[in-house]
Amino acid sequence: MAKTESTFKNMVLTLTLIAFVAATCLGFVYELTKKPIEMSALKKKLDAIKLVVPEFTNNPDEEVFRVATGEGDSLDVYPAKKDGVLTGYAVNTYTKSGFSGDIRIMAGFKPDGTINYITVLEHKETPGLGTKMDEPAFKNQFIGKNPSDFVLRVNKDGGPVDAITAATISSRAFCDAVQRAYNSLFASGQWDGNSGSTESTDPSDESKKEKNKE
Amino acid sequence: MEYIIIVISAVLVNNIVLAQFLGVCPFMGVSNKVSTAVGMSGAVTFVMVLAAIVTYLIYTLILEKLGIVFMQTITYILIIASLVQMVEIVLKKISQPLYQALGIFLPLITTNCAVLGVAILVIKKEFNLIEGVVYSAATALGFGLALIILAGIREQLELADIPKGVKGAPVALIVAGILALAFMGFTGIV
Amino acid sequence: MNQLQNFTKGFFRENPLFVLVLGLCPALATTTSAINGLGMGIATTFVLLGSNTVVSLISKLIPDKVRIPSFIVIIASFVTIVDLLMNAYVPELYEKLGIFIPLIVVNCIVLGRAEAFASKNDLPTAFLDGLGMGLGFTMALGILGAFREIAGSGAIFNYKFINGDGILVFVLAPGAFIALGYLIAFINRIRKT
Repeated sequence: MAKTESTFKNMVLTLTLIAFVAATCLGFVYELTKKPIEMSALKKKLDAIKLVVPEFTNNPDEEVFRVATGEGDSLDVYPAKKDGVLTGYAVNTYTKSGFSGDIRIMAGFKPDGTINYITVLEHKETPGLGTKMDEPAFKNQFIGKNPSDFVLRVNKDGGPVDAITAATISSRAFCDAVQRAYNSLFASGQWDGNSGSTESTDPSDESKKEKNKE
Repeated sequence: MEYIIIVISAVLVNNIVLAQFLGVCPFMGVSNKVSTAVGMSGAVTFVMVLAAIVTYLIYTLILEKLGIVFMQTITYILIIASLVQMVEIVLKKISQPLYQALGIFLPLITTNCAVLGVAILVIKKEFNLIEGVVYSAATALGFGLALIILAGIREQLELADIPKGVKGAPVALIVAGILALAFMGFTGIV
Repeated sequence: MNQLQNFTKGFFRENPLFVLVLGLCPALATTTSAINGLGMGIATTFVLLGSNTVVSLISKLIPDKVRIPSFIVIIASFVTIVDLLMNAYVPELYEKLGIFIPLIVVNCIVLGRAEAFASKNDLPTAFLDGLGMGLGFTMALGILGAFREIAGSGAIFNYKFINGDGILVFVLAPGAFIALGYLIAFINRIRKT
């Protein structure tokens, strides 16, 4: 087969053809992978929720609501319910005071505000130091504590939290994120306001109201 | 203030080569002499800022509007490749001395992953256009800084007595490692 | 050169990372553990195989002057396919490798093999070359990743065999440079004897 000449017509034709074939293939693969990509993102979110709240039978992702942080933005809250009874909340919270960049955390609370479990979603902390905040040795000390009487502050700042060795800033940031979640959901009074809101028709609000009365 | 943080972070803390490993190939390839290192840094700065602006506009105005952001990689690399060609042609026409200084580095830049990397990072970090420009300029500055320091050290190393097996790439890598260690001292300042 | 040599040259004699010193960016950035290194290597191998195959098939039809842009489009398409597939089926690895998946497109190995080898050879030769080079690169990343994981966190394939911390610096950026520097020096030593 003879080599194609480098005439203007041939060049334009070749490039157009290649670009066309490439775009078609990519469009096809995109359509093919669209569903699985969405599914895996959803699965990741649900796995994190499953980890931090007690058992649930509902789909927390469908009943998600937002609470304001008082700093001009809001956090996603996923209520977990077993047979219609509220068992806990998973709060997707963040902190800007990480050692190198923002940290996102999924914090799970029981309905009374006690910390159930916490998992780190995203961070850029130093491997081997700040990353230890996602290890049980550090985060287990939060389990079962209620931020209303358990001050979320590290030893160095006069609090009860044992900071990770050589990663005080990451430990502080972790506390900050959990505190933000707690404040937004329980301490600022929004929780009551939210459940008592008349315009809300979300069934999740109903159960919250009941829980509130108990 | 925000811009100062972006600059310090891009130049020192998250240095593109020493902390993020982008543009390591030219970092090793053209760091034999300080003069070539300076030329390469100039060319990279020029192309990086230009590429960041053009890719940002294409991304927000075309890809996002049409909902085909998965075409990002293919569009970006084509934009960068043609941009480099265009810069080369324009420089040749308008400024002979500048072309003499930067010309030979331009073709190398197409495959410099720092340029494509920064274009992608500007979108990933959700910068606006001005932040994107500041970020890409600062990143290029950080690239130049690391490149010129390494070139300076390697010029001195020419005179050192180095074991045969370590000569060339290995010693350059080890020096770069020590340099990266020094830059780690900046972590946490922003 | 027979086909067997053509396939095996990528592993040792012309290993892209240890001997040709190409593809440094992904090699340094993604080798914090053996698994990550191997994942990156396999993704690169897939792109290499695809681009080598297509380039060798159609290189005769492409006019010389638009050769490089055509190759870039072909490579970028395969990279995007890998990107989408990994995002869909191995999301955890995809997240760890992050920006270095799209950056395979500027990996000198891929364009270099397409331009210097695949465009001048027939399909089976180009295919074997791509496979050999890709697996050689994967092996190199695996070795570097394993070395850094063992030294840095006292573990291999996430299995911890040393209690306590390793030499932390090997997991961090400086350790990547230093580890690769000494590995290449070591390979140089073996090759010369």
